[in-house]
Amino acid sequence: MSTSELPTQATERPDDIEAVPVRHPWRWVAAVVVLLIAASIVRSIIVNPNFGWHLVGQYLFDQRVLNGVVKTLELTVLSMLIGVVLGVLLAIMRQSPNPIVSGASWLYIWFFRGTPLLLQIYFWFNITALFRTIDLGVPFGPAIIHANGNTLITGFVAALLGLGLNEGAYMAEIVRGGFLAVNEGQTEAAQSLGLSRLQTMRHVVLPQAMRVILPPTGNEAISMLKNTSLVSVIALFELLYTVEQIYSVNYKPIPLLIVAAIWYLAMTSVAYVGQYFIERRFGRGFSRAEQATMKERWLGFGNRGQ
Amino acid sequence: MSEPMVKAEGVHKRFGRLEVLKGINLEVKRGEVMCLLGPSGSGKSTFLRCINHLEKINSGRLSVDGELVGYRESGGKLYELHDREIIQKRSEIGMVFQQFNLFPHMTAAQNVMLAPIQVKGQRRAQARDRAVELLGQVGLSDKVDTYPVALSGGQQQRVAIARALAMEPKLMLFDEPTSALDPELVGDVLDAMRQLAHQGMTMIVVTHEIGFAREVGDTVVFMDEGVVVESGNPADVLDNPRHSRTQTFLHKVL
Repeated sequence: MSTSELPTQATERPDDIEAVPVRHPWRWVAAVVVLLIAASIVRSIIVNPNFGWHLVGQYLFDQRVLNGVVKTLELTVLSMLIGVVLGVLLAIMRQSPNPIVSGASWLYIWFFRGTPLLLQIYFWFNITALFRTIDLGVPFGPAIIHANGNTLITGFVAALLGLGLNEGAYMAEIVRGGFLAVNEGQTEAAQSLGLSRLQTMRHVVLPQAMRVILPPTGNEAISMLKNTSLVSVIALFELLYTVEQIYSVNYKPIPLLIVAAIWYLAMTSVAYVGQYFIERRFGRGFSRAEQATMKERWLGFGNRGQ
Repeated sequence: MSEPMVKAEGVHKRFGRLEVLKGINLEVKRGEVMCLLGPSGSGKSTFLRCINHLEKINSGRLSVDGELVGYRESGGKLYELHDREIIQKRSEIGMVFQQFNLFPHMTAAQNVMLAPIQVKGQRRAQARDRAVELLGQVGLSDKVDTYPVALSGGQQQRVAIARALAMEPKLMLFDEPTSALDPELVGDVLDAMRQLAHQGMTMIVVTHEIGFAREVGDTVVFMDEGVVVESGNPADVLDNPRHSRTQTFLHKVL
């Protein structure tokens, strides 16, 4: 046999297989059922006047609602910031060889994960019942900052404390999981090069842990967007409390709750897109293949190769 | 005669109840290439890790370049070294691992540059020039800006060698550097090590590559069950082993 007859040398492509595909009648049945249910829901949404769509349109960009949206965003960003910083700190403390330091971290996480967030928010709002004045300074020593409890703990500060300190406990566990996911060999290699513990953490462990930490942190941020609605119980004008105030006057709860739902959905959707780009940034060096694009992910390609 | 680079006297190491090193005595001279052979579990890697204080020894004396590892001796008493001092001494010893342990989030050059910038305070540009030069020496001029995931095992291990060399170490430790490699990739890594040996680097190499030990090693040490069974120049140990344990081992690997 001569080499010119090798199949790779062939210039003609063979015909694609033509076969009768397998029929899937039940898929059609399921699709029809789902579409019927969806159609009836859509119909009721359009036909039922109690949805009050004209009111939804009227209040969607109402100045008070917009202020509530801004307040919700502020609360989310600041609480997450407190949570992330606290979480990293607690996770590092948890790894400390000093048992008092690691024990303190454990105790913190135990307490804040073991009690309801709503209770914690109420607690911080009422902290002035416990401390009339608040002194910051050397323990058992002179105070550096002295303040009246009621002026310092405003509703906003109580909300931040409630959401942020609680989030810190959850973030600590997420960050710790990220540290544990980094191979021990990485730490050893860094140490053998003469990097200190802190440098190893900063340049080797944290950047790699980020890849593991980020997806759940994104989920936490999205949860936080929604959990901020809990602080409506302490009369803070975030999105939910704002619409509650409006419908307590005009007695149209459904349209106003729809307004709030639309805003929450819009914010979580934007957060989802942001999460995708941040994850891609920290995924560098971990995948040989090109990362799946947003479009591919939405369509469910990429990871199934279908 | 100058002081040996590494000197071990009666070095013991236990992990809980398990005694891994049971009194190691050996000396590595400056510029010498010592190959440590022995079955797995014989304590070779543990001994290597004791030298740069990744493991703490339980008894005996271990010194590098005339200074005790992990302790300072003064007035007949031993004082534990501060973390800072241990780190300083580690930075003078290069180590290459079986699993390469490259930093996956950094390119080849960034892997090599990290320690010179962070530990020695070198400027970026200077560290980068040196990294490119070192990567060239191990035959990876075209992989400078490649992430480890896109490199073969042999290429990764050569980056790891360049990374260790960037700290200008006085001693290099190799912990089974070719054991995780596909057979056809072993040669390039051994070439890089051979070149290093010819430049006069003091090296301790834990390996199963008998051919490399014979050709490049100045001394071959055979360890088993936590003790040095025999040592000497490669021809003697590898071709005329005196102990039955060495004979059995060599018979299995050759």
